[in-house]
Amino acid sequence: MSEKKTKRRDFLFTATTAVGAVGAAAVVWPMIDQMNPDASVKALASTEVDVSSVNPGNTITVLWRGKPVFIRRRTKEEIDEARKVKMEDLIHPEKDEDRAKNPEWLVMLGVCTHLGCVPLNDKGDYNGWFCPCHGSHYDTSGRIRKGPAPLNMEVPKYEFVNANTIKIG
Amino acid sequence: MSDHDYRPKSKVGQWFNDRLPLLTLANHLTDYPTPKNLNYWWTFGGILTFCLITQIITGLTLAMHYIAHADMAFESVEHIMRDVNYGWLIRYIHANGASMFFLAVYIHIFRSLFYGSYKAPREIIWIIGIIIYLLMMAAAFMGYVLPWGQMSFWGATVITNLFSAIPLVGEGIVTWLWGGYSVDNPTLTRFFTLHYLIPFLILGLVVLHIWALHVPGNNNPVGIDIKKPSKDTVPFHPYIVIKDGFALLMFMIVFAFFVFYAPNILGHADNYIEANPMVTPAHIVPEWYLLPFYAILRSVPDKLLGVVAMLSAILILAVLPWLDTSKIRSAVFRPLYRQFYWILVADVLILGYVGAMPAEGLYLLIARVATAYYFLHFLVILPVLGFKEKTLPMPLSITEPVLGGSPNLAAARNKESKIE
Repeated sequence: MSEKKTKRRDFLFTATTAVGAVGAAAVVWPMIDQMNPDASVKALASTEVDVSSVNPGNTITVLWRGKPVFIRRRTKEEIDEARKVKMEDLIHPEKDEDRAKNPEWLVMLGVCTHLGCVPLNDKGDYNGWFCPCHGSHYDTSGRIRKGPAPLNMEVPKYEFVNANTIKIG
Repeated sequence: MSDHDYRPKSKVGQWFNDRLPLLTLANHLTDYPTPKNLNYWWTFGGILTFCLITQIITGLTLAMHYIAHADMAFESVEHIMRDVNYGWLIRYIHANGASMFFLAVYIHIFRSLFYGSYKAPREIIWIIGIIIYLLMMAAAFMGYVLPWGQMSFWGATVITNLFSAIPLVGEGIVTWLWGGYSVDNPTLTRFFTLHYLIPFLILGLVVLHIWALHVPGNNNPVGIDIKKPSKDTVPFHPYIVIKDGFALLMFMIVFAFFVFYAPNILGHADNYIEANPMVTPAHIVPEWYLLPFYAILRSVPDKLLGVVAMLSAILILAVLPWLDTSKIRSAVFRPLYRQFYWILVADVLILGYVGAMPAEGLYLLIARVATAYYFLHFLVILPVLGFKEKTLPMPLSITEPVLGGSPNLAAARNKESKIE
């Protein structure tokens, strides 16, 4: 067999395999992507909450995208405690000013950043939240202070539609 | 099975067997030469086959009544318990059957560890076994989610969130697994599908497991190679069939005790509360058979490293044939390994115990020490032991220790005592 003929065959094999691989990937992708959130799940992206009945020191929990969202009306002491913490003491440094634009209202996903449990209110060593699953302690700004969780509780995108209504999402 | 020159007696049998040699296979299975010194620890392979078939049959019948929907799953399980004829029995067999399956598989695995069954030439049997074990854990986890109780929901949340520890793509993978932004109906329906599929994958792997076993033949308590067939072997039928059958009966007594007298003792009361995404139970605990790995997960204070440690604890078993450097298979002739073996058994039991306890204070300390020891055993003790350990003299055949008084063995023992 001549050198030239072998090369021609090699090209055909490579080209066929490449086209075949692209074709297979094009068939596999829909099979994988069908497991991602569907249109009806994505449609439930935002929710509006009336917070007029929440008193200072109280927290309400609402469901957004299947996850609990904590809305806490913080007391003066809680705000002061959250704001005087030094950044060096934090595992995931974030200023309270950035987490709660309106200091009285703390809105965050009530989901522990360790493995997704719902932390308990007014518990733990930092007067904030405590996750019963694996012992993560959060402060009055929802920041991780002690335990296995790597991050602060997430602040979702939200806005005050008017003085009494918060729109999450 | 090329060593078979089996020929059916009847004309019809010959006609069929020439076209599809199923009768040759059946003959191989009945005549299969088995070491005659196998003890009762070797009966768990048959018991595990029984467990798999039981789970498949009860699972199929439950699936006729169960509804895989977040709004109806919990109620449909109660419907099975209260309304369906013998539904309570079928569900209790299935739920406790999972625990019995794991009980048997742990005995089966620790049998291999004691008698060195994972060593050459049986590495592939062992690795297939580890894959089956991983699939069993996946099936058990997803099956536990289906009743859609509080433990189902939060167990699913915690376990799927393990993937979020993967850097960069972790969150995307978790969303993909859920089919949403939390564990919800899409998660339930896909878990049901996979829970239905996995037992059949296991069944296929069991065939390969047994096929791979039948190439070198069974290991045995003495752990030496035997010629087969020879005076050291007996045919599988009737000798092993009867012995396995008796062991299975004993096992079924234990099984029946749980099903009829303590059907919920291995479960959690929280799972009789319907799933509520707003409230996490005070104390999330996996099923008992996953507790040692759960303890390892919690003993590491870093999220990613905790997940890595837990997975490594399982996957390290797959490379065990190469970590254990000893040429001697059976712990019977390895006086030091025998002691480390029992320490490992105690270590795993301790991990299981602290896995059920809150992760704080003394429990956490014990979990950390036990986790460290677990890895020490496989990564340091086993490789070193193969070189350092002074093993006992091996008998020449498996008949020798039974008959006793072999001149060889006596001579070897004398020699040993003189050295001491």
